[in-house]
Amino acid sequence: METKQRVSAQAPAWRAALWQSVIKLDPRLLLRSPVMLVVELAAVLTTLLCFWPQEGVSLGFSIQISLWLWFTLLFANFAEALAEGRGKACADSLKAGTQGLIARKQTAEGGFEPVAAGNLRKGDVVRVEAGELIPSDGEVIEGIAAVNEAAITGESAPVIRESGGDRSAVTGNTRVVSDWLLVRITSNPGESTLDRMIALVEGAQRQKTPNEIALDTLLIGLTLIFLLVVLTLQPFARFAGGELPLIYLTALLVTLIPTTIGGLLSAIGIAGMDRLMRLNVIAKSGRAVEAAGDVHVLLLDKTGTITFGNRRCAAVHKAPNVSLHVLSEAALLSSLADDTPEGRSIVEFLQQQNTSKLPQRHEVEAIAFSAETRLSGADWQGHRYRKGAVDAVLRFLSLTPEQMPAPLAREVERIAQSGGTPLLVSMDDQLLGAIQLKDVVKPGIRERFALLRQMGIRTVMVTGDNPLTAAAIAAEAGVDDVLAEATPEKKLHRIRAEQAEGKLVAMCGDGANDAPALAQADVGLAMNDGTQAAREAANLVDLGSDPTKLLDVVQVGKELLMTRGALTTFSVANDVAKYFAILPALFSGLYPALGALNLMQLHSPQSAILSAIIFNALIIIALIPLALRGIRLSALDAVQLLRRNLLIYGLGGLITPFVGIKLLDELLVAMGVV
Amino acid sequence: MELEDYGLLLGFLACVLLPAPFLGRYMFRVMERQPLWLSSHLAPVERLGYRVLGVEAETEQSWRAYAKALLGFTLLNILVLFGVLVSQGHLPLNPQQVSGLEWTLALNTAVSFVTNTNWQAYSGEANLSYFSQMLGLTVQNFISPAIGIAVLAVLCRGLARKTTQALGNFWVDLWRVILYILLPACLLLAPVLVWLGVPQTLDSYATALTLQGQEQHIPLGPVASQVAIKQLGTNGGGFFGVNSAHPFENPSAWSNLLELAAILLIPAALVFTFGDYVRDRRQSWALLACMLVLFIASLGLTLYAEHRPNPALVGLPVEQTGSLEGKESRFGVTGSALWAVATTTASSGSVNAMHDSFSALGGLGLLVNMMLGEVIFGGVGAGLYGMLLCVMIAVFLAGLMIGRTPEYLGKKLEAVEIRWLVASLLVMPVGVLVFTALAVSLEGPASAISNPGPHGFSQILYAYTSATANNGSAFAGLSANTPFHNLLLALAMLLGRLGYILPVLAIAGSLGAKRCAPPDSNSRFPTHSPLFVVLLTLSILVVSGLTFLPALVLGPLAEHLISVG
Repeated sequence: METKQRVSAQAPAWRAALWQSVIKLDPRLLLRSPVMLVVELAAVLTTLLCFWPQEGVSLGFSIQISLWLWFTLLFANFAEALAEGRGKACADSLKAGTQGLIARKQTAEGGFEPVAAGNLRKGDVVRVEAGELIPSDGEVIEGIAAVNEAAITGESAPVIRESGGDRSAVTGNTRVVSDWLLVRITSNPGESTLDRMIALVEGAQRQKTPNEIALDTLLIGLTLIFLLVVLTLQPFARFAGGELPLIYLTALLVTLIPTTIGGLLSAIGIAGMDRLMRLNVIAKSGRAVEAAGDVHVLLLDKTGTITFGNRRCAAVHKAPNVSLHVLSEAALLSSLADDTPEGRSIVEFLQQQNTSKLPQRHEVEAIAFSAETRLSGADWQGHRYRKGAVDAVLRFLSLTPEQMPAPLAREVERIAQSGGTPLLVSMDDQLLGAIQLKDVVKPGIRERFALLRQMGIRTVMVTGDNPLTAAAIAAEAGVDDVLAEATPEKKLHRIRAEQAEGKLVAMCGDGANDAPALAQADVGLAMNDGTQAAREAANLVDLGSDPTKLLDVVQVGKELLMTRGALTTFSVANDVAKYFAILPALFSGLYPALGALNLMQLHSPQSAILSAIIFNALIIIALIPLALRGIRLSALDAVQLLRRNLLIYGLGGLITPFVGIKLLDELLVAMGVV
Repeated sequence: MELEDYGLLLGFLACVLLPAPFLGRYMFRVMERQPLWLSSHLAPVERLGYRVLGVEAETEQSWRAYAKALLGFTLLNILVLFGVLVSQGHLPLNPQQVSGLEWTLALNTAVSFVTNTNWQAYSGEANLSYFSQMLGLTVQNFISPAIGIAVLAVLCRGLARKTTQALGNFWVDLWRVILYILLPACLLLAPVLVWLGVPQTLDSYATALTLQGQEQHIPLGPVASQVAIKQLGTNGGGFFGVNSAHPFENPSAWSNLLELAAILLIPAALVFTFGDYVRDRRQSWALLACMLVLFIASLGLTLYAEHRPNPALVGLPVEQTGSLEGKESRFGVTGSALWAVATTTASSGSVNAMHDSFSALGGLGLLVNMMLGEVIFGGVGAGLYGMLLCVMIAVFLAGLMIGRTPEYLGKKLEAVEIRWLVASLLVMPVGVLVFTALAVSLEGPASAISNPGPHGFSQILYAYTSATANNGSAFAGLSANTPFHNLLLALAMLLGRLGYILPVLAIAGSLGAKRCAPPDSNSRFPTHSPLFVVLLTLSILVVSGLTFLPALVLGPLAEHLISVG
């Protein structure tokens, strides 16, 4: 079922990519990739040479060479088109939502007028009613509503958006499902989250990242060197009393210049963005993604990232002379009607311990939490069950802290020191004991931090807790360092201090007070459900609002670079074998003794050159899946990683073409095409 | 090979490698203006120099200011030397009454000595006055290596310093290198050479009556001082036309060993200076390992090729003991082959044998040494900064392969650095391939060779490789003293010198302005590990190999394959 779906979804993508690879032959489009532009010029030249017969070169051979050069070009274009195509369908569905959307814009007089969503500018105020789409990114200035953000985040449960606070940002193309909102638009046409997503997946406005520019420069340099090598061969040959056919030289040039990486470079970049997209992360620039691969320090909020956002019940401690059973029952009853995550965690915890028959929720009379008493609980069968913070319960029972039984007081003290939160439980006027709530570290997070440490990335936990509490959780989660009692200034200061040591810092945050730190960090990941200020300041936005995504972004960034580096090495290493195929073919007419260099024992000069050209074209096709998938970052340290990639792509790049060209040569001769 | 041959090799390696760490540290202290034993005595001279030059010694320059000073000074030196050479007939210290040089030859010679190439299209004893030799050429023999060390120091500072524009003062660097490194070294070496029999006089040539009853002029001159600096400064421009094959330049086996070691002494020690700059001598050992691997491989090839009997004479009733034609019997095959490898790897260009007479494979090895860009030890300063550029290319590829923005010693290599790196990568292909192509395509220049076929091609290829690599050794056989070759070779030498210096300074400037990432994270691969040495060695070989293989195939390789049938 699933495979069937995938096939049907991919078939049009293939067809579209085929068509696109022809369109991309336009030299203006190839300007972005100078290596492939040289291939195109070579292809044009060899095509012309088909009409301009040269001595010693058969027409059939010329036609085959020129065809394979065009194929080389088409294969590279196909890779790019395929990478783009994966995002295109997604972009089209996104675009469809906003087309023809009419927004209700507030006029100067306070009334509303219909305006096309595409014409909204920064600062405009619009009113959105239940059932309508929010026309663009903005900030809620009035009202409260449930918003379905599935179109952007993929999360189907509606979320609450209201003015003020940390939940005021709304995203274009999300649907208000209840009530209404007054939204101040915060992005101009073409700059909204939606536009960025479309641009990202289409790869249209993709700007080259710094490393890509550097690599491009190197590839251009190599191309220039090989151009000089090939151009000077003719004078050298004439000095030796011979003449080399132009088509041979053109073929040599194309095999030498780094076409493998040159042809796949943009596909690698687009595919990387596509992987981010699938992680539901929007990068404002490719630079941020690359920088993520380089970070030395990760600043992570404790709450929500390292621990579950809420405290969970971990244990109960009874007061002297109270049976554990009574305490458990009272604690459970007092939490039965409590819908907060803490309350639910107490019920879950105790239901595992307590098997006795208990009332259903509706049977008890719920006493909701109030700001005045700061207690919650339930009345049942004439008993008043209450739970709350230590001082609140003591006040409720009219006790002073000194009157608390000494063993219980010690227990409460211990809970607080270990980073937990103690709650007291009472039945009527009797103090029964304490519930220990604590931050629960997310499962698996410790292993992820260990992985990061292996990659050389240090993790710092940022929390508002006191140092004692923070240290306890840090030890449990296995982070390297803690920033306790963190304030926005402290965060900013810490980031600057790390940067002053030359480190690259990544952090994630959602609150408005995180904005300065997000802006200062080299990589800032903002949560989509956070404030607009945070989203503006960060260079990555996680639509799924999962702070651990930062770890995935780091991985994508590294895989992008690795793929580029490995294919460059492969491409350059390939040239050695190509030389040994083509040079003897070129020169054996000048000095027959040079036939000794024909290590692969290729049949004839023409079969040698043709095999090298065909290998050069086919290797692009063969590497497309690798370029799109990216090289996996295994949990290895730098030395192991380098050794592995050098062996596979360096040594492999040296050997593969020897084998490939030899096989192609045999095949060509067997088929009798040369 | 005999026991004494192995003794020579070991003695040579010991003389080069044992003092290197200490000399390297000393040079670091010179460059960083730290107190020295010598400076307590020479400080007044140092200060006098600054006053004469009008230099504020405490002010450091940005890379642009440094480059401007360097370019201006280089141009001035070329003009002055050119002036001296064309007008030497009217200048003092000219007991042999030689006249001024023809202008293309004078320009070629001026560029040659200013760029530390010391390509000699003239013959010293026939064409130059003592004035030209001492105040013209010998002065440049001090200045050009000093500039090499200065440029290297700037690159080291760029790597070692953080977020700064200040990378040293050109005039201070230049003056301190000459005063504290080159002059003292020469003052130590020259008397030893005199003791070993090298003349040092300002008298006119000696006249002797030969056994045939004819009068013979025996050229003399201030030879020892010039030989000392031409060896130590990897200059290579001999006092006499036949260079260190001349018995007055290189009288004995002992002088041969000493002069050999002097070629590589400073280039090897500078590797440690670099390690001191970046506070990590493991980096030095890694670079040294790479250089030694390439050096020994090249030496092995040349020794093998030269000790082999000449294939053309096999089967004839001739007793063969390696190919001795074109070599001095005083030094033998090993002494000559070792010198040839040292001089071509070190961009020295001084010779004690005819490289033209080497076997095809031996000549191939020498050509390859230069085509690698003179990074195996290389010229004083120039070799190591060339090597560091290779390191950056290797680091760039390796960095990408482990998924990080490439960085070397904590400094990120980004588009700016790569742009300049690529510019430097183009120098050798342009100078060697394009200029050789020009020379072989034109009727006149191409006819300057003495042999047709692949060997003739090698002769021209060697000349332009030697010039672009700023080596200066000649394959001979090529009559290079024609206006065409004089001018094109001069251009090649300038390209080979400035085409590296400017990128190096620019890269140093860019690196110096950057933050430095902490060294202690295992996210980065160690550039002192054996793995990196392997990667570096291979990338040097592959990049140069891919560039020059076709030319080598048409030259020495074809000659070799034809000769072995």
